[in-house]
Amino acid sequence: MPEPPSAETGAGADSGTAESEERTLSGWGRTSPSNARVIAPEDPGDIFGSVLRAAGTRDGSPGRGVIARGLGRSYGDAAQCAGGVVVDTRNLGRIGPIDPDSGVVEVEAGVSLDTLLRVGLQSGWFIPVSPGTRQVTIGGAIAADIHGKNHHTDGSFCRHVTSVTLATPTGVHEVGPDTEPDLFWATAGGMGLTGVVTRALVTMRKVETSWMRVDTERHDNIDSLMAGLERVDRLNRYSVAWVDCAAVGSRLGRGILDAGDHAGASDLPAKRRGDPLSPPRRRGLKMPNLVPPGIVKPLTVSAFNEAWFRKSASRTGQLRRLGGFFHPLDAVSNWNLLFGRRGFVQYQFVVGDAHQGVVPQAIDILQKAGAPCTLSVLKRFGPGDPGPLSFPIPGWTFALDLPVGPPGLRPALRRLDDIVAGVGGRVYLAKDARLEPHTFAAMYPRLGEFNSVRRRVDPDGVLQSDLARRLGICEDSPA
Amino acid sequence: MNDAFGRPNSVLVLGGTSDIARALVRELVAGGCKKVVLAGRDPTGLADAATEAKGAGAEFVATVIFDASDVDQAGAVVDSGFSAVGRVDLVLIAVGLLYDDAADERDPVRVARCVTVNFTWPAAALSRVAHHFREQGTGRAVVLSSVAGVRVRRSNFVYGSAKAGLDAYARTVNQTLAGSGAAVLVVRPGFVRSKMTEGRSAAPMATTPEAVARDIVKGLEDGAEVVWSPRTLRALFFLLRLLPEPIWRRLPT
Repeated sequence: MPEPPSAETGAGADSGTAESEERTLSGWGRTSPSNARVIAPEDPGDIFGSVLRAAGTRDGSPGRGVIARGLGRSYGDAAQCAGGVVVDTRNLGRIGPIDPDSGVVEVEAGVSLDTLLRVGLQSGWFIPVSPGTRQVTIGGAIAADIHGKNHHTDGSFCRHVTSVTLATPTGVHEVGPDTEPDLFWATAGGMGLTGVVTRALVTMRKVETSWMRVDTERHDNIDSLMAGLERVDRLNRYSVAWVDCAAVGSRLGRGILDAGDHAGASDLPAKRRGDPLSPPRRRGLKMPNLVPPGIVKPLTVSAFNEAWFRKSASRTGQLRRLGGFFHPLDAVSNWNLLFGRRGFVQYQFVVGDAHQGVVPQAIDILQKAGAPCTLSVLKRFGPGDPGPLSFPIPGWTFALDLPVGPPGLRPALRRLDDIVAGVGGRVYLAKDARLEPHTFAAMYPRLGEFNSVRRRVDPDGVLQSDLARRLGICEDSPA
Repeated sequence: MNDAFGRPNSVLVLGGTSDIARALVRELVAGGCKKVVLAGRDPTGLADAATEAKGAGAEFVATVIFDASDVDQAGAVVDSGFSAVGRVDLVLIAVGLLYDDAADERDPVRVARCVTVNFTWPAAALSRVAHHFREQGTGRAVVLSSVAGVRVRRSNFVYGSAKAGLDAYARTVNQTLAGSGAAVLVVRPGFVRSKMTEGRSAAPMATTPEAVARDIVKGLEDGAEVVWSPRTLRALFFLLRLLPEPIWRRLPT
C-alpha cells in the first residue's frame, strides 16, 4: 500500500490528479445530470490518496466532496458528485483464484458481475446474488447491498461478503461481519458514503450447469399473483413476478410468475451435457439514440403488456439460460434511451407482509395519475441484513419503471412516499432520483446510527454525492 | 439538488417581489423546495414575500436588498445569494421594469434606466450565476424574457428591445453552459395580469402569474430551453415574425 500524499500535496493539487477529466454524469434513468472531475485510478492504493485530495481546497474554497462510481447503473444521482470528484473504479479489475472448497474469491471493486460470473462458470461457480442486470460492479453491489430473485432464501449481496477493503478519509480499513462490523454493515447499503470499496472477498455458489429449471405461472389478478408468489417461495430458491400495470378492474395486477433453481447436470438434454457451463451470450442489440420523447404512452404500454401477457403460458420444468432468467434487461444494452430526453424514474419500495395492499394501491394511484408504467417487478423479501441503510426488509418489494412526463407522476409518487413511509416501508436508494429529506428520514429510522459510524471515518464530510445532498443524508444531527 | 423532475431544493430569486416570482416560489415550496433567498429593491415587499414563502412551508428564507440600476454590484448580489444557502439549485431572474408612457422614450435618462433594469443588470447577474453553476457542476437558471422582445412593437419598444437583448443573451449563455451540468431556461410570457401591468388593458391571450409559474415548472421537468406562456403564443408569434415590416407597423398595438 503506497503512502498517502502529504497534507501539502493534498491541498495544493487543484485537479485531484493529473488524469482527472471534467465530465457530465447521470444515472441510468438519465435525469438530473451534474458535472464532476472524474479520476480512474489503476491502483487501489491511489484511491486513499484521491479521497484525501478531494478533502483539500479548490481555488481557495472548500472542496465539494468525493464519491465512487462503477458502471453507472444506479437509476438516480447516487454515483455523481456535482462540482466534486468522482472516483471511477472500473480500472480495479483483478480477480483472484476461486477457492475450490469454500468458493471464496478475492475481487477488486471495479469487476462487473458479468465478468465475475463468466470467470466463475469456468469452474462451476455462480454469483451468490444476481440483480436484473449483470452490468454492476462489486463496489456498487456492496454500496447498494443489492438483492436478487433469491432474497427470500439467501438474503442480499453483503451476506455473501466476508471482507471489504474500504478507503476512507481517515485511513484504509479492512472490515467484515466480524471485524469492525458496524463499519462493515454501514458500508452495506451505505451508498458509498462510508468510503470507497477497493476490494472484497465474495463467497460464490456452486452450480452444475449454467441453465435454470423454471416454472412459469400466469395469474389473472393481483391477489392470485401474490398468493402464487408466497406459495412458490417455499419451494424455490429463485422467484419473481412481472406485473401488468396497465390492466384494470378485475384484472388489476395480473402477471407472470417465474420460479426456479439451477438445473443439475442430469436435468440437461443429452446434447447440452457436453458443455453444461456455457456462459451467457454477449449482448447483441443496441438502440440508436434517436428516440423522440413521449412515445411511451398509456396506449402503447397497454398494447405491449397485452401481447406479453398472452404469449406467456403456464408451464413447469422449462430449461432456460441463466441470462434469460436473471438478466432480461441486458438483452438491449442501452434500453434506457427508450425514454427520450426527459428520462425515467424507477420507483422501488418494500412494505411488510401485513401491508400487501399497498401494491395494488400503488398500481391504482399511478393509473389514476395517468402515468404509464413500462415495466414492473414484484418479489418477496426474506429477513434483511443488519445494515442501517440496507434496503431489504421482510415483505413485498415492487419496482416500477415510469417515464418522466405525465404531470400527475410527481404528485402521485409523493403520495406513495407518504403511504409507504406510513406503514414502515421504504424506497430503494439505488433507484431513487426524487425522494425528499423528510420522507427519507421516516423510511430509514436508523439514519442516526449510520451517521455516527460514518462520522468516525469521515469527520469532515468529505464523502458526498448528489443523492446524499438531495436527501440530507450526511446532515443528520449526531444521534 | 434538483430532482428527476427538475425540482430544486434551494432557489435564489432576483426580483423577489414580482408577482410571477412569488407565484413560482409558492409552487416550488409547495412541491418540496426548502430554502429560498429573495433579492429585491423594496424591503417591505421582500419581507412580505418572505413571510409568504415561510407560510407555504419553506424552512429557510433569507432576503438580499439591491438596486438594479447599480450594475457594478450585480455580481456581488449574486454572490451573497449563493453564500446564503451554500448551493443554489435554481436561480430565477425576474428583475424588470415596465416603463410608464410614451413620453419616456424621449428622455435619455429613462431610456437608459429601462435598458439597465431589463437587460444590463440581469445580463451581468446571469454571467455571475453561470460562474457559480460551473463551480457547483449543477444548476438551472430561469430568465424571464417576454413576447414583447420576440418582435418589438412601437408601443413598448424600449422595454421590448431590452427584453430582446436579454432573450438572445440568455439563450446564448445556455449554449456556453453545454457540458457544464447547468442550463438556462428562457421564459416568454405574454400579457400577465399582475401589479406590473395594473391599469393597462389586457392583450389577447392574457395569462396569470400562477399559470406562468406552472408553465415554468413544466419546462424545468421537460428540460426545455424556451417556454412560451401560454403555449399558443409560440404559434402566434411564429406567424407575427413572418409579417413584412410595413404590415407589422400598421397593426393596432
